[in-house]
Amino acid sequence: MFLKNDIDKSIDAARVRGRIAQSQLRDRLFSVAGLVVMAVASFVLLALLLQLAYDGIGRVSWKFFTSYPSRFPSQAGILSAWIGTVLVMFLTALTAIPLGIGAAIYLEEYAPKNWLTDLIEINITNLAGVPSIVYGLMALGLLVYEFHLGQSFLTAGLTLAMLILPMVIIATREALRAVPPQILEASFALGATKWQTIRDHVVPYSMGGILTGIILSLSRAVGETAPLLTVGALSFIAFLPNPPLTSEFPFISIQWLFDPFTVMPIQMFNWVSRPQEEFHINAAAAGVILMLMTLAMNALAITVRARFRRRIHW
Amino acid sequence: MQRHIDQELADLKSQILRMGGLVESQIEGSIKALVDRDADLASRIIERDTLVNTMDVEIDENCMRLLALQAPAASDLRFVTTAMKISTELERMSDLSENISERVIELNEEPQLKPYIDIPRMANWTMRMVRESLDAFVRSDAALARKVCADDDFVDNLQHQLFRELLSFMIENPATITRAIRLTFVGKSLERIADHATNIAELVIYMAEGKIIRHTAPSVLSENEP
Amino acid sequence: MTTELITKPALKAESEKLCFYYGGGVQALKSVSLSIPDRHATALIGPSGCGKTTYLRCLNRMHDLYPGNRYVGTVWLYPDGLNIVDHTIDPIEIRMRVGMVFQKPNPFPTSIYENVAYGLRIRGAMTRSDLDGIVEQSLKDAALWPEVKDRLRDLASNLSGGQQQRLCIARALATSPEMLLFDEPTSALDPTATARIEELVQELKQRITIVIVTHNMQQAARVSDYTAFMYEGELVEVDRTEKIFTNPSNKLTEEYVTGRFG
Repeated sequence: MFLKNDIDKSIDAARVRGRIAQSQLRDRLFSVAGLVVMAVASFVLLALLLQLAYDGIGRVSWKFFTSYPSRFPSQAGILSAWIGTVLVMFLTALTAIPLGIGAAIYLEEYAPKNWLTDLIEINITNLAGVPSIVYGLMALGLLVYEFHLGQSFLTAGLTLAMLILPMVIIATREALRAVPPQILEASFALGATKWQTIRDHVVPYSMGGILTGIILSLSRAVGETAPLLTVGALSFIAFLPNPPLTSEFPFISIQWLFDPFTVMPIQMFNWVSRPQEEFHINAAAAGVILMLMTLAMNALAITVRARFRRRIHW
Repeated sequence: MQRHIDQELADLKSQILRMGGLVESQIEGSIKALVDRDADLASRIIERDTLVNTMDVEIDENCMRLLALQAPAASDLRFVTTAMKISTELERMSDLSENISERVIELNEEPQLKPYIDIPRMANWTMRMVRESLDAFVRSDAALARKVCADDDFVDNLQHQLFRELLSFMIENPATITRAIRLTFVGKSLERIADHATNIAELVIYMAEGKIIRHTAPSVLSENEP
Repeated sequence: MTTELITKPALKAESEKLCFYYGGGVQALKSVSLSIPDRHATALIGPSGCGKTTYLRCLNRMHDLYPGNRYVGTVWLYPDGLNIVDHTIDPIEIRMRVGMVFQKPNPFPTSIYENVAYGLRIRGAMTRSDLDGIVEQSLKDAALWPEVKDRLRDLASNLSGGQQQRLCIARALATSPEMLLFDEPTSALDPTATARIEELVQELKQRITIVIVTHNMQQAARVSDYTAFMYEGELVEVDRTEKIFTNPSNKLTEEYVTGRFG
């Protein structure tokens, strides 16, 4: 081959081919290594799930689902536990989501860019990494002893809400930042106020990211044990809280907020701590149910996110 | 910054100058043919007019191409449009030289009417006007162009003088009418060549200053006009 | 001698010694005094960084969106003689009267209808039929109606680049602005789309005052009645477009227009 400037004299075709073969070999090795790592991780995960299912699936039954805990393993069930989880998650979501989104919007759009705002930002990032038991201790001192809210659903919901609030804020902020500034300029150029732009454009277009953050945060919260233990979750509750809906005016009762509570992880922890083998099987069965509940919650959130995403197309 | 178009504009300028040189030699040649009663030279002048026409077409095409492809603006634009028009004026000058040469061939059928004094004087003056108008174009010199415009009066006066002289010949001796009329045509052609040189000068003033002064009275041709 | 009867047109806006400083202290505009004639198109040309886009964004207070920016001087908006850059005047008020079309088409990621209707929605409640009527008229004014009339609910992102830009123009027109600012509106479009937008500007300028920033000189020549040449934050020359492109008065303008720099 003839190249300008006599470069062809310094190109040795065989050497070039050798180099190409070398890099191709490296490529292949890398992809194989990646495959192996992924296989190992998936296998471990699968092994855990299968172990759990194997141990517990036999115990899962309608009776298990609708019975209260008992001293007799064969009669013990998770009714109070799963209802407790549902109610606590409901409270957590109700508190953390509006507060988290609102705080993120304020910090991102309205807060002046000064050292104070920077300080707050840094602290929020730090808070996301604080061990959950510390939240439990703080909640114990603040909510239980100071505010006298008791060892109740309200306390549990607020505790977990405080725990996941930094995560919600951070995820929301990232989502808000991802909205292209050209869109915002277009909105402002039409004469929209800051609030109108946020309400009509910033928040709707970042809903996908916000919901992802919420999904992740709630998934974390549903499995938290330590902080709830600290604020006094009971592991033997043989009754349900007061119903939130009543048959007489005003049809909504808040009495249940102050009732004693338990949640699935606590119940599982309690059973695993007992010496009897059968309780361990109960715990495994509860674990399976908890996984299914988590998946269901995630599926709900993902559906909601998909519905939002379908309406917004870049 | 050296632009590609600069080379093309320079080429266009050279083309105009070459055409100008050729036209000058056409004028000079036709008068020499008259004075020397040289029919061969006259024939050659007539033939060479086709060459001038070809150059005119080439210049026209080059200007069209420049306008279409380069979209020149401001001074470049004025330069290109002026070059197109100068080419036309030069081509007309060559046609007039051709006319003179045709008259020369006709005049050679009869003996010379009188010694040629005024015609060569007119011719020299006219050729100088042509040369100076093209110089003004090359240098974008509006002052020189204005001088050319003013010089037109001299040629006009000479032409009137020639006509009166030839008229008196014709009245005295009818046998001279044919020759006298043909000589009048020659004088008229020279006068029109000078007018075309004036046109070129007016175009140069527009190119240099951006003011259109064509079709205006000489009294207004001062530089202080807004 | 040519005596021109120069009829000075009525003005829509006029800046008087306008200076502008970015947040870091950089001075981007140096005492720019420029008149914008009413219902004509004025083009702003100049090399990159000369301040033409900065000037344009002063006219609808877009700089207010970012902290630290500072206006010094006045920009009168006629006929009421309001000072656009007066900090006591709410920029929202200005933006309701002065619209803008941006360089890269930026429709909202919603339907075509919703895009055009947004400007109207934020101005208050309107009946559905009124809204429909204005949306239709705006799309017609933007020469887009025939192409979208059967799919108003479709997403705006499904349109081609040129169509999206016309949609942005329709969106800006829906609110009946008094002045429309174009920031290099065709630099991201292909030649056919560009030609259509230029046609549109030619039509619109008879009804609305237009200020267009462009780095394409032929576009400025084709589309505008007046052209202003800016350099390094200053206004060098402003005149009727044909004068700027056949015989500019300033040597710097001549050099820019003939391509000797920039």
